[in-house]
Amino acid sequence: MNEELIISGRDNLMVDPHLHIWHWPIPLYLFLGGLAAGVLFFAALLYIMGKEDAYRTAVRRIPFIAPVALILGLAALFFDLRHKAYFWQLYLAIRLESPMSWGAWTLLVITTASVIWCALHIREFFPGWDWKYKWLIDLEAFFNKYKKVLAWVILIYAVITGIYTGILLSAFNARPLWNTSVLGPLFLASGLSAGAAAIVLGSKDKKERLLFTRIDLIILGAELFLIVHMFMGFLASTQVQIEAAELFLGGPYTMVFWIFVVVLGIIVPGILDLMELRGKHIPALIPGVLVLMGSFAFRFIFVFAGQVSRWLY
Amino acid sequence: MRYAMAVDTKKCVGCSDCVVACQTENGVPIGYCRDWVVEVMDGTYPQLEIELRSERCNHCGNAPCVRCCPTGASHIAEGGIVLVKPNKCIGCGACIASCPYDARYPHPKGYVDKCTFCIHRVREGMKPACVAVCPTKCMYFGDLDDPNSDVSVILKKRKAKTLIPEAGTQPQLYFLI
Repeated sequence: MNEELIISGRDNLMVDPHLHIWHWPIPLYLFLGGLAAGVLFFAALLYIMGKEDAYRTAVRRIPFIAPVALILGLAALFFDLRHKAYFWQLYLAIRLESPMSWGAWTLLVITTASVIWCALHIREFFPGWDWKYKWLIDLEAFFNKYKKVLAWVILIYAVITGIYTGILLSAFNARPLWNTSVLGPLFLASGLSAGAAAIVLGSKDKKERLLFTRIDLIILGAELFLIVHMFMGFLASTQVQIEAAELFLGGPYTMVFWIFVVVLGIIVPGILDLMELRGKHIPALIPGVLVLMGSFAFRFIFVFAGQVSRWLY
Repeated sequence: MRYAMAVDTKKCVGCSDCVVACQTENGVPIGYCRDWVVEVMDGTYPQLEIELRSERCNHCGNAPCVRCCPTGASHIAEGGIVLVKPNKCIGCGACIASCPYDARYPHPKGYVDKCTFCIHRVREGMKPACVAVCPTKCMYFGDLDDPNSDVSVILKKRKAKTLIPEAGTQPQLYFLI
């Protein structure tokens, strides 16, 4: 028998009996940030490739999701801070060792860039839009002139935004479930698939929907591979990581993870995408919503389960 | 200078005086603690073995909490002591998630709080409150770079271990076994 007890009665709020310092705002932000990164990535990429007119919805309309998602996400992050009056300290330091520090700066860049991108395309929704003030008109002309540079900035920062949330969690070696370098690419893939799903949901153009159905299928395949790869890595690692994997392989998170993330969030929409590509008519709503829900569930489950996983000593 | 602490697991009786002394000395809010006592029971009756450990922040040489802090509020002060500047802390919780010892907690006022090795006492030549109050004198504190300090002397004489050194944290809280 081996039994460990804290006999002086430690009961620190949000730390005991197991860590629960990050509640729903964090996974909500991770989802919204991933979604915004996904839609911006495709918009910027298609624009740079000169396909703006062929894929109008993806380049001009869907990116309007991004600033809304990013600002809601930032609000959720702010809401989660416990020392709110000091949040500005984030922008007095650049600490490369801390993913949260460069993540905060990344968010500042991508949110601003996404607002500018949407402002350039505001006539998609309000055809008679007039900026009224001369300096705003000049500003619009300036960004229109350098739109390609803006697209490159968005493309690069969308990838950083998509990947940094995973790196943020994987940097914590105190939480074995998060401490895997697969998490960065996995979060990026999950964000890109959410972005592709949003475009399929929002587009009325058949060609555009087929392209993004195909992209979605490829990314879902990559996600499934990364998940299997991650669990193989855990099971071949140290005891604490084996225990972390067991949370999902028979432990308390088994049902929610495999049903909501893997089956309903990846496999079912993947099969539906495949049927759509084979010429069967599938309502776009079903795979799109399933992918978004799967991406959402994935971040919730990972943030919560990661806080349960720990080093036992 | 490298401050460290050693706790004699053979002399500790688990009275939790160190916990109360810390709470009083540092004005730790009610319901929270910066140090705690762990009892490990091993074996099958009647062959039982007990290890008692008074635990706290390990003031790690390679501190993950300092590494992941986005503002620099968590920092390494004199003698390797890990401290938090409340007026720089945004309360994001990254350091709390990064600590494999769960040694930090969110103070009700918003910032993150933890053991300071009683730096305010140490600066005045006193021992940390937990060490000073221990009725069995099972705790030793001092500078590892000074060969005559209490902690250097006892670590030369006795076998010691640290907690989860495999996490790469280089903990500076030693347990005499």
